[in-house]
Amino acid sequence: MNSRIPYIASNTFREAVRDRVLYNLIAFAVLMCGASILVGQISIGIERLVVINLGLTAVSLFGVVIAIFIGIGLVSKEIEKRTLYTVLSRPVRRWEFIVGKFFGLAGTLVVNTFFMALGVFLALLYVSQRFQAADAWVLVALYFIVLQFLIITALALFFSSFSSPLLSAVFAFSLFVIGSFAEDLRGFAAMAQGATRWLATGAAYLVPNFSSLNVISSVAHGQGVAATLIFSETAYAITYAAMALCGAVLIFERRNLK
Amino acid sequence: MKPSRQITLVAGALLLACMFASILLLRQVDRMRSGATLQEVLYISSPQALKRLSLGYGGLLADIYWTRAVQYFGSKHFAGSQHYDLLAPLLEITTALDPHLTVAYEFGANFLASKPPNGAGMPQRAVELSEFGIRNNPDDWRLYYDLGFIYYMELKDYKHAAEAFARGSQVSGAHPFLRVMAAQMAQHGGELRMAQMMWSTTYQSTQDSDVRANAATHLRALQVEQDVTDLENLAIAYRAKMGHLPGSFADLQAAGTLREIPVDPLGHTYKLTSDGRVEVRTPDDFPFLTKGLPPGYVAPTPRFLPSD
Repeated sequence: MNSRIPYIASNTFREAVRDRVLYNLIAFAVLMCGASILVGQISIGIERLVVINLGLTAVSLFGVVIAIFIGIGLVSKEIEKRTLYTVLSRPVRRWEFIVGKFFGLAGTLVVNTFFMALGVFLALLYVSQRFQAADAWVLVALYFIVLQFLIITALALFFSSFSSPLLSAVFAFSLFVIGSFAEDLRGFAAMAQGATRWLATGAAYLVPNFSSLNVISSVAHGQGVAATLIFSETAYAITYAAMALCGAVLIFERRNLK
Repeated sequence: MKPSRQITLVAGALLLACMFASILLLRQVDRMRSGATLQEVLYISSPQALKRLSLGYGGLLADIYWTRAVQYFGSKHFAGSQHYDLLAPLLEITTALDPHLTVAYEFGANFLASKPPNGAGMPQRAVELSEFGIRNNPDDWRLYYDLGFIYYMELKDYKHAAEAFARGSQVSGAHPFLRVMAAQMAQHGGELRMAQMMWSTTYQSTQDSDVRANAATHLRALQVEQDVTDLENLAIAYRAKMGHLPGSFADLQAAGTLREIPVDPLGHTYKLTSDGRVEVRTPDDFPFLTKGLPPGYVAPTPRFLPSD
């Protein structure tokens, strides 16, 4: 990797921090503290489950919102402020700009997830008084959530490479929702006939499969995830994110910026 | 004072005033709206629709619905209600969203099965819930135990209770008492002894302090019922021997049939009435008691369980 991509990535990270993206950690901390203390008083026998379910759901949703709303502005904001021209007038290729932006936002999300994960484990320690061996699976769920972020960040970048921020947000969020129904989509496709079946199957495989990357409920019950599945999901997420990034590069390379 | 400071002060004061006013207004709105109407509504009754709408975060939604079920049951129980219409749908939604949430089967089935006001009085729905739980968690022996418990305690169906205990006893790591219970049930053994055995198993196997306290309360009530039966039998035997009923437990002691003045599990002495009946002195301390209660006694609702 050339040195320009890490440079753009670190600038993107700094910009996100300057935009006070990490302030969401405060909301997350309040949520976790509140849930840990409150649930024990208003429910029965699910203190640990709630910390895992609520914590991981919050990590996932906060991250998706950040990925979409920061991701859609990564290109358009640079064009709007005309800083893109300064960057591209230097020896920086357009593809390097897109890839650098991707890694910058992905890095921001990883740092954000790291601090949230700390919060989840502290809350777990508070409600259970000690860690259990099964808690290690929470790390796998967090890893899968990061894989989701890679896909959604790449998609947000893809849409922002040719569309307005508002439409990009709508497209990216819609794909997140559709991707959460990916398993159902495949089920519907299997029930269809003829050309509809082929079209539906094609659509089901084209949308990102976020549902398979969601193992929150099973790890909350201490159920493990097979190593082969972890490997396959990693390969799938990287492949899908690379596909969306390639699309973004292809469009951005041909975009008339004058 | 600088104008900017003045604005800060006014805006700050206004903010606090508006916050206070909004709280007061909300309290007024709460008083004007009927709490019961709001509570008795299940906006989406289909578990499948809710599962779809959860976008894969069904685990969290199940936790929320379970908490809602607990709150619903608790508020109804506290009010001494005879109707728990939403309890079964809430539990069905909870378990459909997360079929591995075993706590919802364990507690939920008991909430459903017990007679009002201690429960919804729906033992068949409780059986269905337990069977659904067993299908999804076949390795959890407690679910078979709960199922047998409902068949025995609420439905008096000894055959199915024996079957449930027998199935549970085959699960790896099952409590050894399950096998004994299955055998006892098959023989239609003494009800009091059986009930004592079941509540003892619950007491020993649970991790939950509330369940443990509840089991201890049942065990105390069963102990009182056993004591009352034994003491009344002694009084009858005394009358057969002496020609009249004993005036007090001291008479039984003097006759050599009683070693010491009997006390209930909480340390209070029993009362021997002139017609030979034995009563507890503090019936409020023994919820679930069916024998030894003063005539016309009405249990207060809600019943708070004495601490374990």
